[in-house]
Amino acid sequence: MDCCAPERLDDNFAADRNIVLVGNPNVGKSIFFNYLTGLYVSVSNYPGTTLDISSGKFENDAVFDTPGVYGVGSLNDEERVARDFILSADIVVNVIDASHLERDLFLTQQLIDLGKPVLVALNMMDEVKRNNIEIDINKLEDQLGVPVIPTVASKGEGLSEIKASLGLATNGNSIFSKYPDLKEKLFIVTEKTRNRADALLLLEEDENEIAEYGNIAVGAREEIYIKRRQRVDEIVNETVHYNQSKSLFKNKLSSWMVKPITGIPLLGLLLYIIYKFIGVFVAQTVVYWTEEWFFLDRYEPIIRALISNSVGLNNFFGEILGGEFGILTMAVTYTFGLLLPLVAGFYLLLAILEDSGYLPRIAVLVDRFLQKLGLNGRAIIPMLLGFGCVTMATITTRLLGTKRERIIAIFLLGLAIPCSAQLGVIAGLIVPLGYKYILIYVLTIFIVYVAAGTFLNKVLPGESSDLLLDLPPLRLPDPRNVLKKTYQQSVAFIKEAGPIFVLGAILITLMKQTGLLTMISEFARPLTTGWLGLPAEAATAFVMGIIRRDFGAAGLSTMVLTAGQTTIALITLTLFVPCIAAMMIMVKERNLKESIMIWFGSWGAAFLTGGIVNIFLN
Amino acid sequence: MTLADTKSGNKVVIEKIVDKMTRLQALRFGIGEGSEVECAGILRGGPVILRKNLQEVAIGRKMAEKINVRLKGAV
Repeated sequence: MDCCAPERLDDNFAADRNIVLVGNPNVGKSIFFNYLTGLYVSVSNYPGTTLDISSGKFENDAVFDTPGVYGVGSLNDEERVARDFILSADIVVNVIDASHLERDLFLTQQLIDLGKPVLVALNMMDEVKRNNIEIDINKLEDQLGVPVIPTVASKGEGLSEIKASLGLATNGNSIFSKYPDLKEKLFIVTEKTRNRADALLLLEEDENEIAEYGNIAVGAREEIYIKRRQRVDEIVNETVHYNQSKSLFKNKLSSWMVKPITGIPLLGLLLYIIYKFIGVFVAQTVVYWTEEWFFLDRYEPIIRALISNSVGLNNFFGEILGGEFGILTMAVTYTFGLLLPLVAGFYLLLAILEDSGYLPRIAVLVDRFLQKLGLNGRAIIPMLLGFGCVTMATITTRLLGTKRERIIAIFLLGLAIPCSAQLGVIAGLIVPLGYKYILIYVLTIFIVYVAAGTFLNKVLPGESSDLLLDLPPLRLPDPRNVLKKTYQQSVAFIKEAGPIFVLGAILITLMKQTGLLTMISEFARPLTTGWLGLPAEAATAFVMGIIRRDFGAAGLSTMVLTAGQTTIALITLTLFVPCIAAMMIMVKERNLKESIMIWFGSWGAAFLTGGIVNIFLN
Repeated sequence: MTLADTKSGNKVVIEKIVDKMTRLQALRFGIGEGSEVECAGILRGGPVILRKNLQEVAIGRKMAEKINVRLKGAV
């Protein structure tokens, strides 16, 4: 364990105190953070995770924004990160959603139990009014033993009061004052550790603490959780009164979203909007400007001229730098001109879906279907992201509950989810062929997706985890927050995937230079002509497809093929091995053995399916 | 009966949550053994949505089958 992570993240300034913002997901923490820190904010990736931590300065103090969590433990990456920051905090500003006190106060009580000075921002007071809830704030303050300040952060209300009250943060009433036997247990463990916070987390069976101290405490997590829940329920009973409220439109909308009869058409509408935005606007209009107009027509010629004037283009280094698959030409154009706009577009939509509260409802709606594939509703997030870029989606599978689910999701992503770059080329080739072939293509891919998932679900040992999801209220997302998330995740994408694209580019150039590329094409000929019924030169498209799937598809556009042949080639290419970047991420996220199995599994599935479609069409 | 047998609109009392991790996570969301909750929706063969005041939690079918409940008012 590293207790000093915050200092390491941003050691540009010496801070008097660490102020750490903590709260459940989507409670508006970022608005408080922005208000306190102003313009000078640094964002850094938390080592070993995909999470970013924003840090800034308020007077002489350091301020940190942490990922939203429901409690402090080590259940997932978010909690591990939040925990490290909370442990190093001098002041915790706990932002809570006033309309969901039963849920949010659990974390508040835990922070108090940890012995940290806490200041509570009772946010979203406007929703409290709208839902006809009454909260006795003085009594709440009394019960918790820490200052509670009502706020409506989205409208700027109460922010200055929070700023002025930071010094009032104090240790509140922990559950231990009520339960002497628990207090005794905590006391014994505290003697053996550095401080009370460590001791409590040890009692709560936090795996990181146990890894550090060893098994020096008898775990009492459930007992503590139950007592804490009782205490929170007590507080809520005494301070909150829920009056009968009229049914709001958003509550109706919420139930329509999860009922199949209304939810599926709504989801269809959403997918149509996504298609219009990503598939038409970003993939065609935006990418035209970024990829063709800027990178291909302006940037690449300049780079090639520079290279030919220095090291020369027609030699090994010239090829590596600026050749057909050069790291300064193809890799740069591909990463920034093609993928970045697409991935940023996807992240933007995903951030809107996430902050609006729609995403968890989609997860509920599709849960039953995904269960059949050995996944649960939560897997919809990497699946949606996969249509942007499979590489990033593979990293996102970390949020799935078990190793088994991650293997299934990664395999399905690599097999049957075409990434946006590939979709663009596929759409260009198949749309002119008419509805019949589009339908054959879509249905085949869908059937393979379902069949592969069902098969893996049958053969992989163990059981997948079940859905347990908080359904946050539907809200209009805060644009600043959405843009910030989009920006942070896009930067993370470039950092993670960029180097791999460069490596991939070098690899292809080497294969081309050594003649390996042609050799493989020759070798694969029987399969392409005999089994798939394609012309011999299609083999090159497949080899290209190993490197980058959209490359392969693009390679087809120059060949003369019948409608049936195009469809077969596209189906095979879609199911074919994931691109090199995705493969490398797979090895990193899982391991070499599993990745190789996924790789060969994709080969088999692709050629088998392509051949079967060939038989059917002829 | 289990949570999977409830109907939308049913008010139930949670009697027992068999799985330990589920029990702990549910406690964080505000639902423990003895809690009174409302079934806000149940998808055929799919998850159950529980409501307690304004808090809504979706619980997968298999998990719901391992949560024992009784209708409020019944003994």
